[in-house]
Amino acid sequence: MELLFFNAFNGLLQGVFYALMALGLALILSLSSVINMAHGGFLVIGAYLAFTLTPYLGFWGALVVGPLLAAGIGLAVEQTMIRRLYKRADPLYSLLLTFGLALIIQDLARTIWGAQGLPAAVPSALDQPLSTTFFFITGYRVVILAITAAVAIGLYLFLRFSLIGIRIRAGTRDLESVAALGVNIYKLRALNFGMGCFFAGLAGVLASGILGLTPPMGDSLLMPSFVAVIVGGVGSLGGAVLGGLLIGVAAGITTTYYPAASEAVIYFIMLVVLVIRPRGLMGKESIFE
Amino acid sequence: MSDSAAGIIRRYGFLILLWVALATLPWWIGRVGGYSALGSKILVYGLATMGLNILFGFTGGLSFGQAAYFGIGAYGAGMTLKYLAPSTPLAILIGTLAGGLAAAILGPLVMRRRGIYFAMITIAIGQLFYFVAVRWDNVTGGEDGLAGFERQPIHLGHFTVPLDQTRFYFLVLLCFTLAVILMRGLLQSPLGHTWVAIRENRRRMEFLGVRTDLYVWASFAIAGLITGLAGTLNALLFNFTSPQDLHWILSGDFVMMIVLGGMRNFWGPLVGTAIFVVAQDYLSSITNNWMSFIGLIFIVIVLAFPKGLLGMVERRARPA
Repeated sequence: MELLFFNAFNGLLQGVFYALMALGLALILSLSSVINMAHGGFLVIGAYLAFTLTPYLGFWGALVVGPLLAAGIGLAVEQTMIRRLYKRADPLYSLLLTFGLALIIQDLARTIWGAQGLPAAVPSALDQPLSTTFFFITGYRVVILAITAAVAIGLYLFLRFSLIGIRIRAGTRDLESVAALGVNIYKLRALNFGMGCFFAGLAGVLASGILGLTPPMGDSLLMPSFVAVIVGGVGSLGGAVLGGLLIGVAAGITTTYYPAASEAVIYFIMLVVLVIRPRGLMGKESIFE
Repeated sequence: MSDSAAGIIRRYGFLILLWVALATLPWWIGRVGGYSALGSKILVYGLATMGLNILFGFTGGLSFGQAAYFGIGAYGAGMTLKYLAPSTPLAILIGTLAGGLAAAILGPLVMRRRGIYFAMITIAIGQLFYFVAVRWDNVTGGEDGLAGFERQPIHLGHFTVPLDQTRFYFLVLLCFTLAVILMRGLLQSPLGHTWVAIRENRRRMEFLGVRTDLYVWASFAIAGLITGLAGTLNALLFNFTSPQDLHWILSGDFVMMIVLGGMRNFWGPLVGTAIFVVAQDYLSSITNNWMSFIGLIFIVIVLAFPKGLLGMVERRARPA
């Protein structure tokens, strides 16, 4: 029983990383119709930059600055490259462009920081178990859950109540009308893209304390977060979070009984959802056209 | 359209030239710095991308997970040779059918989806097989790949044909030729015209009463079959297959080869594949950072040459 709880909790943490990634993917997907294959790359950028900056800024400083730098680099990429593709109706081109970026970022990370894994330091105060029975619940893991919850609620409030958030939500429904009402949708999409990359960077920094740092770490988190978006329902941010947590916990629980299937179960859940409820758990039907 | 010799040459000149070049490839590729296996690899990958292009360029289904069927073909062939029977033709047959069958079974999950969602779902489904290959290691060899099988000599009545590198190239060329005839025939049939019509305007086809999802499904299954065939040949070429043959990076490479050559042209994928495979081979021999250069090629092509090479040539020849 304790083993089950242990694995489910580990799965929940994985699910948090999937959810953060999926949140960024879904933001970019729903407003710009771009499948960001480089999302794992921005995760790597955030994680490695935070690692490099930790000696200067401390753990908490790097935790804030790493994702912001990932967002900044994402913004630069959007302004110089992806922005040119918006007028091409075919989503193929942004897919291929971000795919190329993913290759470059992974390769550069390997060249700059080395192919060997690096251990990310967690402050020793946070590295202690909170209780002896549940030895696996360390302060750091609780901090991860708290930060993710705070950020997700913050994003919800931002989209719900701020002017820019309302414009972003309107843009996901009908971008042309938003543009016709005098909103600069190029700025809107750029900001939104940067936000998406911020979430990828944050996932990277938080994950590095648990999974360590390797250049392909973004790759291994990218695909499950695609699944999270599909399971949760394309076009629904809440669905992306729910999907991420669901597949994370399911993978964790599977680890208890049949470790070899822990990844396959993620894709199996997706197949089941696609058969029973093709639009995803919280997806809207019209958006699938 | 005249039947004079000049007319025939004008109509079939390209095909004749291409096949003469392919049939004599083992004798000239060494002189331009290549090797026989590189020729086989170009044909194998070219077969995969031309098969994918039936779905991608002609039906308009943005499949970004095609490596799955390539890998299933490869593992099917390898496992047939390793566990079932030492027969090259049987390995090719089983691997190809496995690829086609997998695509036919999974097709209904994607056939109603469009554009971006089609892409996402095919990407994610493709990764399922990757993890099966990695984790089911006592059968598939796991992360290290499936080794320990070898292509067997082919028995034709009283003759036995050993498959050295050059003879195997001709087996690949034979399979390639048969597949090209099949694909060409399909694309010129009413089925093929329906695919193109669905690509151009799916909603209109639906209003005309066409069950577009069934046609997309057929396209998906045939693309899977041909890619599966390419996968079997790839496994036989290297006597080895690994999870990398199932990975989404290979899927992305396939799409890039198609776009590089020109996706609206029947031969575009082959041209793009030849350039891509040679570039990758060359870059990986001169620099450790070849991945960055490949990525750079992606970005430049997307931003500057979205119609691909043959697309540009065509546009210049026939100004609209």
